[in-house]
Amino acid sequence: MLKRLSLTTAMVLGLATGFSGAAHAAGGAGEVYNYDFSFEGPFGTFDQMQLQRGLQVYTEVCSSCHGMKFVAFRTLSDPGGPQLPEDQVRAYAEFYEIWDPTLFGGEGDFRPATTADKFPEGLVSNAPDLSLMAKARAGFSGPYGTGIAQFVNGMGGPEYIASLLNGYTGETKEEAGVFLYENKAYPGGWISMSQPLYGDDVFYEDGTEATIEQQAQDVAAFLMWTAEPKMMARKQSGLAGVIFLGVLAVLLYLTNKRIWAPVKAAAKKQGQTPAE
Amino acid sequence: MSGIPHDHYEPKTDWEKGLDKRLPIIGLLYDTLMIPTPKNLNWMWIWGIVLTFCLALQIITGIVLVMHYTPHVDYAFASIEHIMRNVEGGHMIRYLHMNGASLFFIAVYAHIFRGLYYGSYKAPREVTWIIGMLIYLLMMGKAFMGNVLPWGQMSFHGTAVITGLFGAIPFVGESLQTWLLGASAVGQPALNRFFSLHYLLPFVIAGLVIVHIWAFHTTGNNNPTGVEVRRTSKEEAERDTLPFWPYFVIKDLYAMAIILLVFFAVVGFMPNYLGHPDNYIEANPLATPAHIVPEWYFLPFYAILRAFTPDVWIVMGASWITGGIIDAAFFGVLMMFGAIAVMAIAPWLDTSTVRSGRYRPMFKVAFWLLGADFMFLMWLGAMPAEPIYANLSLLGSTYWFAYFLVILPLLGIIEKPDTPPATIEDDFNAKYAKQKGGALAGVATPAE
Repeated sequence: MLKRLSLTTAMVLGLATGFSGAAHAAGGAGEVYNYDFSFEGPFGTFDQMQLQRGLQVYTEVCSSCHGMKFVAFRTLSDPGGPQLPEDQVRAYAEFYEIWDPTLFGGEGDFRPATTADKFPEGLVSNAPDLSLMAKARAGFSGPYGTGIAQFVNGMGGPEYIASLLNGYTGETKEEAGVFLYENKAYPGGWISMSQPLYGDDVFYEDGTEATIEQQAQDVAAFLMWTAEPKMMARKQSGLAGVIFLGVLAVLLYLTNKRIWAPVKAAAKKQGQTPAE
Repeated sequence: MSGIPHDHYEPKTDWEKGLDKRLPIIGLLYDTLMIPTPKNLNWMWIWGIVLTFCLALQIITGIVLVMHYTPHVDYAFASIEHIMRNVEGGHMIRYLHMNGASLFFIAVYAHIFRGLYYGSYKAPREVTWIIGMLIYLLMMGKAFMGNVLPWGQMSFHGTAVITGLFGAIPFVGESLQTWLLGASAVGQPALNRFFSLHYLLPFVIAGLVIVHIWAFHTTGNNNPTGVEVRRTSKEEAERDTLPFWPYFVIKDLYAMAIILLVFFAVVGFMPNYLGHPDNYIEANPLATPAHIVPEWYFLPFYAILRAFTPDVWIVMGASWITGGIIDAAFFGVLMMFGAIAVMAIAPWLDTSTVRSGRYRPMFKVAFWLLGADFMFLMWLGAMPAEPIYANLSLLGSTYWFAYFLVILPLLGIIEKPDTPPATIEDDFNAKYAKQKGGALAGVATPAE
C-alpha cells in the first residue's frame, strides 16, 4: 500500500518543521512516498531476502560510483542482516580491490579484499558515501512536524532513497557545463546523479521481478541496514527494557501505595474530624 | 544539618561510636536519608531524583564511550561508527548517552518551572536557586561541547555558529573566539579542548549538585503550599513531614520507573528522533547545511538570540547610544544570556508575600503564559531565519523579559492573593478528607 504524502504541502502550511529541527533534512521540497518497509515500528525486522536483493542492486549498480567506507564485509554474515554464509562473503569480498599501504615495500598496492576489510570508498568524487545515507536523509513527517508518524510509519531515510530512485522524470538540463536530471523527490528538483535504475538492471535469483520500484525499495532497505546494522538488537533491548520497567513500575506502584496507605488514612480521618 | 527538628543518628555499638568520633559519616548519611520532607509534596517534586539519575547515567555511559572514542578530526566520526558497529553493546550505550542528554534537559526544565510556579526560589532558598541556575548553565555548556564530539555536519557548523557569538563581543570578541577555539576556525584544537571539558564538566556539576542538595537540606524543601514546616518542636515538625526514606524514595523510584519506561521506548525504537539527520554526515567545512538548527533544548534561547535583528528599534537605539559598539549580533548575545540571567535573579524580582503560585490567581495566568511562551520560542528556534519568525521571536522574547522584569515585581503589589492553609498538615489532611471512601480506609493498617 502506498500512502502518498507530500511534504511540500505540509511545508507550505508551515507545519513540517518540528521542535527537534530534524525537519529540514530529508524532503525539503521533494515528494517522498511512504513505502511500507518490513523494519518499521517497534517490532519490525529486516527482511533477509530483501537485504540480499538490495546488496545485489548495490553491487551491480550503485557501487560503480558510490562507496561504503564504514561497512565491513564480514558484517554481511551477521545475524539480523543479509546473513550470507561466510564462504559466500569471502568470495564476494574478493571481487573488490582494496588499497593496502603496507604492500610493495611500503609504497602500497591494490589487493583483493578480505572479509576483515571495509567496502572501498566511491570512485566518483561527488558521489557521497552510502554507509549512513539512510540515517543522514531521515526526515520528519507530521502531524504538525512532530514526527509521530515517523514512529508509526518509519517515514525516514529509506523512504527518501526509494522515492529518489523512483523519482526521475526523464527531463535533463545543462547548467554551467553540468548535466542535471529532474527528480521529484530531490529537494530543488534537479539532481546531478543520472537515473541509475530503469527496471531489470539486475536479475533476482529468487524470482522477484526487478521493477524500478522493487529494486529501489530493496536497495533502500539494504542501506537502512548498512546505516543501522544493530537495529534489531536495539529494538530487542528496548523491548526488554520496556517490559522490565513496566513490571518494576507496577511493583513500585504497589509498594508506594502500601507505604503511604496508613499516612493517607490517618490524614483522611483527621481531615474529616477537625482537631481543634 | 537541617533546621527542622528531627531524630539524629545515635551510634550504638562500640565500633560505631568509635567510627562516629573519627568520621561521622554514618550520621551524615542517616541525616541525609531520613531528612524530614513535607508530606504534601506532589509529583512535580520527583525531578530532582530524575536529574541525579541522568547525571549518573551520562557519566557512566560517557566513560565507556570515551574508551572507544578518538578526538581527532580525521577519526572522530569513524570512531563513533566504530562504537555503533563493532563495540559490544556500543550502539545501545551511545543511544543512551545521546537521548540521556534530552531526558536530562526535559527533567531540568520541569524542575525549573516547578520552582518558578511554587516560588521555590524565594527566601530562604535563593542560594539553592542560584546554584541550580549555575548547574543549568554548565549543563548547557557541557551539552554544547558534547554535540561537537561526533564531528558530524551539525556538530561542526553548529559550533562555528555558537562560538561565532563570542566573536560578536565588541573589541575582545575576535581574540576571545580564537582563544576559545585555539585557532581562528573550528578544527583540531577546538575538538580536543571541547572533549577535555566535556569530560570535566559533569564532575563539576556533580560537585555543585552536592552543594545544591546541601543548601535545600539546610532550608528544608519547599512544598506546593509554600508554607514552611513548623519548627518549634519535633512533634509539630513531624505532623508536617515524613522522613525521606522510605516515603519519598519509593515514590520517586515509582515515578522514575515510568519515566525510564518512556525513555527506553525512545532509545529502543526511535533513538534518532531528537537528533539531527545531518549529523550522520561527516563534518565538511566546505559544505554548510541549509539550516543550522541547535538541539531542541537550546531552541528557546536560540530564538531569543535571533529575535533582535538590526531593524528592531531597541537594537537601533542601543547601537546609536553606544556609537555602534553594540550591534545587532552582540545585542542578541546579550539578550540570550540576559534571558537566563533574569531567571537567576527571580528571587529578588518577585515581590509577592505569598510563596506558592497555587494561591496567586493573577500570577497563575502570567506563569502559564510563560510556559506557553517557552514552547512557542522553542518552535521558533527551529524555524528558518525569515522576517516573520524573527518578529514572532521578538514577541516571545518580550514576554519572557516582561514576565521577570515587570510582571513579577508588579504582581506583588497589585495582586490580592488567596490565603494559603495555616500548616502543611492542614493541606495534607484536607486533600484526603475530600477523597471519597473505600479504597484507602480498606487498607488502613495498625501502623496508626
